[in-house]
Amino acid sequence: MAKRLFKVWRGNAEGGEFKEFEVQVDPGMVVLDVLHRIQTHDANDLALRWNCKAGKCGSCSMEINGKPRLACMTRMNSFSDTETITCQPMKTFPVIKDLVCDVSFNYEQNKRIPKFKPKPRDADGQYRMYQEDVDRVQEFRKCIECYLCQNVCHVLRDRDGREQQTFIGPRFMIRVASLEMHPLDTDDRIPELKKEYGSGMCNITRCCTEVCPEHIGITDNGIIPLKERVVDRFYDPVAIIGRKLLGRKVRTKTRAEEEGKK
Amino acid sequence: MATHLPVIGGHAEGFGKTHRTDPWKSGPAITLIVFLTFIVYTTWAALQGNHYYVEPYLSPFYSPVLWTNANIENVAGAAPEHLAWFGTWPSWWPGFIPISPALLILVFPGSFRFTCYYYRKAYYRSFAGSPPGCAVGPLAGKRKYNGETKLLLIQNLHRFTLYAALAFIFLLGKDAVEAFSKGGKLGIGVGSIIITLNVILIASYTFGCHSFRHLIGGRKDCMSNCGKATVTSGAFKKASWFNARHMQFAWLSLIWVMVTDLYIRLVSMGYIRDFNTWN
Repeated sequence: MAKRLFKVWRGNAEGGEFKEFEVQVDPGMVVLDVLHRIQTHDANDLALRWNCKAGKCGSCSMEINGKPRLACMTRMNSFSDTETITCQPMKTFPVIKDLVCDVSFNYEQNKRIPKFKPKPRDADGQYRMYQEDVDRVQEFRKCIECYLCQNVCHVLRDRDGREQQTFIGPRFMIRVASLEMHPLDTDDRIPELKKEYGSGMCNITRCCTEVCPEHIGITDNGIIPLKERVVDRFYDPVAIIGRKLLGRKVRTKTRAEEEGKK
Repeated sequence: MATHLPVIGGHAEGFGKTHRTDPWKSGPAITLIVFLTFIVYTTWAALQGNHYYVEPYLSPFYSPVLWTNANIENVAGAAPEHLAWFGTWPSWWPGFIPISPALLILVFPGSFRFTCYYYRKAYYRSFAGSPPGCAVGPLAGKRKYNGETKLLLIQNLHRFTLYAALAFIFLLGKDAVEAFSKGGKLGIGVGSIIITLNVILIASYTFGCHSFRHLIGGRKDCMSNCGKATVTSGAFKKASWFNARHMQFAWLSLIWVMVTDLYIRLVSMGYIRDFNTWN
């Protein structure tokens, strides 16, 4: 392969600009390899996060030619021979340096979700669940927490991130789904899902699903089924009247609301 | 937690702005063209009130026929009275509303598609630019975004439009069966095949509905009986198969229902001849 032109954003929280690098690209290289070559030969202080180089650690998330992708899984031969390759940090999170972002926003969202609360063990002291029932939630366990879905979600990404207080983001909708649909879990997170995590903010434009390197059906298998559970609880008049007639009580207040009432 | 502002990193700002180099505009553009074509054609066809029936074919836009014209010899391609559920048009029908059976029908499949979880993606991107593409600047710029929490709360009633859509599978299925019988004589024509294909595609689209998948089993955390398949788990798996192809069936059924009406209209108008075993 010949030399290829790379435009890499360089800067920090104060600002920055694109720098151009002409790099020799060899067959079989991925974008991360090229960035390492730039780091070795042209810019020793280029900051980028990486670890496994196998698409499993989720560290090297960035925007390559405008698309949120893992640099280690983006093959150079997927671009045309004359295409300039642009590398930028993720837009949704604050820049620390060059291609490295501060993703602590995501850790804060994770802390908001009540943890797994299993039902009591069987008489023999074991937990039992069946493959048939956990197939659904196992898909969500494939998440590598690369946060590409959080980055591309327009609710979090656009409007200078002002809506970041209103929506927990697709990665954590999936985490809620993995708990809510778990056959052993007994906790109820539906009121929080509607009132605190902002399930109504998602308008199903499916960008999270499109960028997921693990091909998790984020929208179809996670977010939409959760939205349907919110409908069951809050919007379906037939279900609401049916529950009232049958005397079935369900939670409609969040933990914060319940504590406020006390 | 670090604050987000200001956004830096060389990202393009503004409607449609992006560093993407792939043809991301083609998807929303095709969606826009097909949707607009469908809306214009359907509105036109629904307002015609004629050429929707040619024995034994009934246009899906006009099925079921609630009322038909009193003197059908004056209205070309109108359904005969025995096909209308309530006979001829009532005298109290307001004069300013065109006499067309389709006007009473299309609100049901129309609302099903409008609130459909797949179509939402399609029209939010193509019509609302919210956003027009992934990692592309939104049309609304930096104005406040409410998602589906205010006016669009109506989307949460999708399951009620599903109930109507399920009824339509039976109604259109009945039309498909009747399309194989003319004057009491069994047979087959090109129209019979087109109408049958139409109901198959609409049923495939409906059975892949996310609300349907939820209601038949998805709402439960435990669908099996100690790991053994149950009716619920089997139905959920089948609905999941259709659900994984929801987009394809959404488009195919949308286009095919238009093709079906157009075919019947052209046969009724005499522009094309229906090849069949009756003539």
